[in-house]
Amino acid sequence: MSQTQMQTSSRAAATAAAPTLEVRDLQTHFFTRAGVVKAVDGVSFTVGRGKVLGLVGESGSGKTVTGFSILGLVDAPGRIVGGEILFHGQNLARLKEEEMRQLRGNRIAMIFQDPMMTLNPVLRVDTQMIETVLAHTKVSKEEARQRARDTLGMVGIPSPDERLKSYPHQFSGGMRQRVAIAIALLHRPELIVADEPTTALDVTIQAQILAEVQKLCAETGTAMIWVTHDLSVVAGLADDIAVMYAGRVVERGAVSEVLDQPLHPYTHGLIGSVPSRNKRGEKLRQIPGMTPSLLSLPPGCAFRTRCPRAQEDCARDPALSELLPGRLARCFHPHVATHGSAVQGSVTQGSPA
Amino acid sequence: MSTTSTVRSAASVAAGEAAAPIIELRNVSKRFSKKLDFAGKIAQKLGAPVKDETVHAVDGVDLVVRKGEVVGLVGESGCGKSTLGRMVAGIMPASGGEIFWHGRPLNSLSGAEARHAKLQTQMIFQDPYASLNPRMRVADIVGEAPLVHGLTRRAEWDAYVDNQMRRAGLDPAFKRRYPHQFSGGQRQRIGIARALAVQPEFIVCDEAVAALDVSIQAQILNLFMELRQELNLTYLFISHDLGVVEHLSDRVVIMYLGRVVEEAPAEEIFARANHPYTQALLAEVPRIEARKKSFAGIKGEIPSPLAPPPGCHFHPRCPHAFDRCRVERPALKEIAPGHKSACHLNDKVA
Repeated sequence: MSQTQMQTSSRAAATAAAPTLEVRDLQTHFFTRAGVVKAVDGVSFTVGRGKVLGLVGESGSGKTVTGFSILGLVDAPGRIVGGEILFHGQNLARLKEEEMRQLRGNRIAMIFQDPMMTLNPVLRVDTQMIETVLAHTKVSKEEARQRARDTLGMVGIPSPDERLKSYPHQFSGGMRQRVAIAIALLHRPELIVADEPTTALDVTIQAQILAEVQKLCAETGTAMIWVTHDLSVVAGLADDIAVMYAGRVVERGAVSEVLDQPLHPYTHGLIGSVPSRNKRGEKLRQIPGMTPSLLSLPPGCAFRTRCPRAQEDCARDPALSELLPGRLARCFHPHVATHGSAVQGSVTQGSPA
Repeated sequence: MSTTSTVRSAASVAAGEAAAPIIELRNVSKRFSKKLDFAGKIAQKLGAPVKDETVHAVDGVDLVVRKGEVVGLVGESGCGKSTLGRMVAGIMPASGGEIFWHGRPLNSLSGAEARHAKLQTQMIFQDPYASLNPRMRVADIVGEAPLVHGLTRRAEWDAYVDNQMRRAGLDPAFKRRYPHQFSGGQRQRIGIARALAVQPEFIVCDEAVAALDVSIQAQILNLFMELRQELNLTYLFISHDLGVVEHLSDRVVIMYLGRVVEEAPAEEIFARANHPYTQALLAEVPRIEARKKSFAGIKGEIPSPLAPPPGCHFHPRCPHAFDRCRVERPALKEIAPGHKSACHLNDKVA
C-alpha cells in the first residue's frame, strides 16, 4: 500500500511539469545474421496527459517496434541501443526487468492488434482479469472480481457478470478486443500503447471502440499512443501525429496541421493516395516504388529514391527540424509552396545529422 | 420474381443503360448446413431439442452486372459478400435461385460452354500470401492455365508469360522466383497476372487491396483502372472499405446479413443513402477530413447468421425500427431511377 501512495505522490508531482512520456532519439536495432537492422533509428516524440498521439507508418516503418520498445518487449536479437524513454522523467530503457514488470500492465499498458495475443484461450475471462488485478494490487479476490466487472462494463460489454464466466472464443472479434482493452485499463494506466487495435474490426465496431477509447482518455487523463497505418482513423482520434518512414519520424505536429499541410513529401504522398482525397474514378496519386529494405537503406534521406522532390543534397542526412512553429519534418525540400515566406530561411538550415 | 425483373429492366431502360448483363443473379441463396452427428441424432430420437444448424450466408439476392461496369459490393464481415462473389465466379454452386451467364442459365450450359464461362470469369483474392502456391514458380503460376486451356502454345509460352507479367507491372526477369521472394504488393500483382492470363472479361476482386499498405494500395487500384480501360474489363469489386469502393465503382450494392439492403449508382448512394444501415455505415467511415470527431457508433453487432432476427435483419440495431420491421421482410424496391432500397420506412412516407 505504501508503495502505491508513494507512486501517487510522485505521479502528482511529475504530471504538473513534464509530459507523461518523452521519447528521445530512441534506437532499437536487430542484430541478425544478415546484418544490423535499424528498425527504429532515432525516434523522438512526447505525449501529454490525456492526449492521443497517432504513430503512423506503413509496414516495416518501425512503428510497432517503437511501441514494443516503450513496453520493454523487444526480444533478442533486438535491443535498445540508444536514446531515452522518459516516463514521468524515469528512463525506461535503463530499468531492470523486475522494475519494468512493476510498471508494465500497471502504469503502462498495451493493446495489441490481435486480442488473442492478450487473451489466453484456455482460461476464462474472469481468471485472466483477476490475475491481472492481483499481480499489481493487494486486494481480495472478491474486490478484484468487482473491479474486473466494472471495467468490462466501462468498455461497453453488456451483462458483464455473465460475460466474466465466458472463454475468449465465445466472444466476437469486437467484443474480444473490448475485453483486451478492459484488461489494459484495469489499473487505470497513465499510458497506453495501442498497436493497430481496430485494424481487424468492421467499420461499425471500430467506431464503437474508438468512441469508448476517446471517452476513456478524456475521463481518466490517460495518455495514448495509437499505432496505425490508417491516416483516416488518426484524423478523427488523435491530437498529434508522428509519421514514420524506414525507422525514423519524418514529420511531427498537430493532426490538423500535418494532414492539411503536410511538409514532408512522404506524408504528402501518403495523404494523396487515400482514395477519398482523389477525384472519383481518376487515377490515384501514388508513391512510386516500395519501402526499401532496412538492411540496405540508401545513405542520406531514406525516402529520396521514391521522392519527387529529391535533389542532390538529399544524399546527406536531413535532421528533424522545426520548419514551422510546432511543425517538425526531416526534409531539405519540404512542401511549403503556398506559405513559403515564413519557412524559407529555416529550410536551408536543416543540418546533416 | 418475374415482377422484380420487369421492374429492373424498366429501370435500366429508364437509366439508359444499354449494355447487356454479363451475369445476372435471381433470388440466389447459399445455405451451409451442419448435419447432426451420431450423438446428436440419438439425442434427437430421445426428444432433445436439437436440429440441423443452417446458416443462410446469402439469402435471396438479385444482382446484375453489366458489360464494362464496376460494381462495388460492400458489407461487414459475415454479411455473405465473399460467398456471393464465389458463386458469381462459379467457384461455389448456389443452393437456390438461378444464375444467368450472358442471359443463359449457368446450369444449362454444355460442358465446353460452361468451361468457357468459367474461364471468362476470374477471381482475385484478398490474401496474396494464401492464394499463391508457395511451391510454384511465378512463371508457372501465371502460365499454367493458359497453356492447359490452349490460349498459348509451348513454343510461345515464355513470351506469353512475360507479356502477362509486364501488364501487371512485374519485371519478367523475376519469373523464375517463388512467391515468398516478393512483397505483398508484388504478390497481389502476381494474382492479377494469373487472373488476366486466361483473357477473362469479368473479374471478381474479393478484398483485393485490403491487406496492402496505403501507398501500395493506390498503385494496385490504379492498375485495376488501367486494365479496365485497356482490356474492357468488368469488375465485381468486393470490399469493406467504402473509400475504395466510392473511388472505383459505377454502382454500389450494400449487403447486410446475407441480403442486399441497398443498391444505387455510386454518386447517388454517397449523396443520398436511403437505408438506415447504409447511412450508419457512411457516417462511421473514418475520413481523413475529419478532425477530433466524436465517434458515435450504431449500437450492437451483426447478429449471428445462425439465428437471424425475423423481419428486417437490421431492426435490432436500427434507430427507426417500428412494428412492421420486426415481422415482415422488406422487399428491395426502387425508390428513384436506378436506386433500390429494402426498407419499410419508404412505404411509411409514401
